[in-house]
Amino acid sequence: MTKIDSVASDLASCIESSARLFPDRRAIVNPDGSAVSYGELNAKADRGAAFLVAQGVVPGDRVGILMPKSANTVTAMMCILKAGAAYVPIDWTAPVERICAILKDCQIRTLFIDSRLATSIKVAEAGVEHVIVVGQGTGTSERTRQSRWDDAVNHTESVSPRSERGSDDLAYILYTSGSTGIPKGVMISHRNAVSFVDWCASVFHPSPEDRFSSHAPFHFDLSVLDIYLPLRHGATLHLIDDETGKNPKALAAFIASQRLTVWYSTPSILHLLASFGHLDRYDFSSLRLVLFAGEVFPVKHLRQLTKLWPKPEYYNLYGPTETNVCTYSPVPLPIPEERTEPFPIGWPCAHCAAAVLDPRENLPVRKGEEGVLYIAGESVFKGYWGRSNETNAAFRNADGQRWYSTGDVVREDPEQGFIYVGRRDRMVKRRGYRIELDDIECALYGHDSIREAGVVAVNTEAGDTQIVAHIVADKEPPPDILQMKMFVAKALPSYMSPDIFIFHKRLPRTSTEKVDYQSLKQLQQRLP
Amino acid sequence: MRDNGTIKQDLRNYILSEVLPGESPANLKDNTPLRTSGVLDSMGLLGLVSFVEEQYSIELEAHETGIDNFDTIDSIASLIETKIAGRDKA
Repeated sequence: MTKIDSVASDLASCIESSARLFPDRRAIVNPDGSAVSYGELNAKADRGAAFLVAQGVVPGDRVGILMPKSANTVTAMMCILKAGAAYVPIDWTAPVERICAILKDCQIRTLFIDSRLATSIKVAEAGVEHVIVVGQGTGTSERTRQSRWDDAVNHTESVSPRSERGSDDLAYILYTSGSTGIPKGVMISHRNAVSFVDWCASVFHPSPEDRFSSHAPFHFDLSVLDIYLPLRHGATLHLIDDETGKNPKALAAFIASQRLTVWYSTPSILHLLASFGHLDRYDFSSLRLVLFAGEVFPVKHLRQLTKLWPKPEYYNLYGPTETNVCTYSPVPLPIPEERTEPFPIGWPCAHCAAAVLDPRENLPVRKGEEGVLYIAGESVFKGYWGRSNETNAAFRNADGQRWYSTGDVVREDPEQGFIYVGRRDRMVKRRGYRIELDDIECALYGHDSIREAGVVAVNTEAGDTQIVAHIVADKEPPPDILQMKMFVAKALPSYMSPDIFIFHKRLPRTSTEKVDYQSLKQLQQRLP
Repeated sequence: MRDNGTIKQDLRNYILSEVLPGESPANLKDNTPLRTSGVLDSMGLLGLVSFVEEQYSIELEAHETGIDNFDTIDSIASLIETKIAGRDKA
């Protein structure tokens, strides 16, 4: 019986121990079916790290990754970690301005970039000095220093990549939507990530026989479990590309044919699988665990899924990017037909402590009362990159610990643990994405004929989140809804596009002349 | 038997109620681009595909719902007609 090192102080050593124990096992399977073994992954990462060090990357540097999902992308992450630097996975499908804003924000000088993107994005203007071009193609026309991926991972000079790697060093930065429309970088240390991965192992018992899904894109925090839990335990990671990921029929066929044992995604995707995936046509007997996180799973949809997939164990995982998963709850099956309230987010994970406070007085609420959920513990992030004010505002120091305010309102139930009630602010979640409703209003104000906009989120009877835009137009007749849809599609990602547009003569106001969002929400509920 | 006009009307009704609630029917033309304009995103597309499959007892493959045959009421209706003809022959 082989044994996994019980203590890993950093993320790269997770992979190193698997490479020692299982050099020939498949570590990563690409969307096209080609596979990389643990031995190969680790050796490439060692050589790539030596290359980065030789090129002047030093501990503490942020190295960007702008690539679609592939085994090379994971290898690039390992190269960067082994060089003592931190990786920054950037959504390669994002608008160019957003990509450049991230490159500038955390001063990325070295960037791994897919050759197909290299010609279309002027990364030098964003401060990038050196690009490592992955894939066939000519690379960029800019005067940036360029290297080829093959040269990086076949580097032979014996520069030791083993610079000191401390557990409090920065491992990666994930960008999430900021309230002003500018993304903010959540800084995660090795200790933060490793404590989370270790907790996952204690609850989900991964083995080298497991086959994990990787559905979430790598700039999403769900991918941390996807990548490191299997790789630390000698299991296999099956990468799902964007195209398959959005297509429930293809996805169902993929899960069955790869005989995946562990699935992790947002509830939205699971709902699509249950509704459109023809799950009754395939054999899913290998599937032992279904994990979901990122938003509330409406019970109606969850019940539908568990009827189609009765065998696996289900877990609701909760936690913002800033803490990763911090509370969890198993879902007992079968789900009674009469149940309508969503499942609780449950009790704190072993590596976290939770407190429910009244934010006005900073004091704990009485048990069972509503308050804001605060989280302390090893997985809680270091701070927002370059934003000390926002970092300070997010934390409260007490009992010698840093407590992060999640902004989520919960109440504690003695039987079930924490029950999610809602948000303190105007942030909502849809399809697993954080959305600031004010951002949508901002975009709507960009339309010539919109004078006022008030955007609210309402829950449908089925438990889905619907975004409703209430609009006052500058002139009569107002723009038609088709025009509004097309306008919004150009300005915002599709998950932020309002489902319903309603035109008004004027918006309801509070006594202090602010838009009265409560009235707007009720207005919607009275509509047919 | 469903003719082209009925199919288009079915599609129009579905899109107006599910994707464009509140829109005046006159604004949605048979040649209004739905995908390339962003009116129908990937989630909206899945709903429409599922509606079409159930309504006409046909099955659409992923490659059939690309932008070429699935962007306007016109193009979707002719795809449906072709599929129904194929189904009835089989």
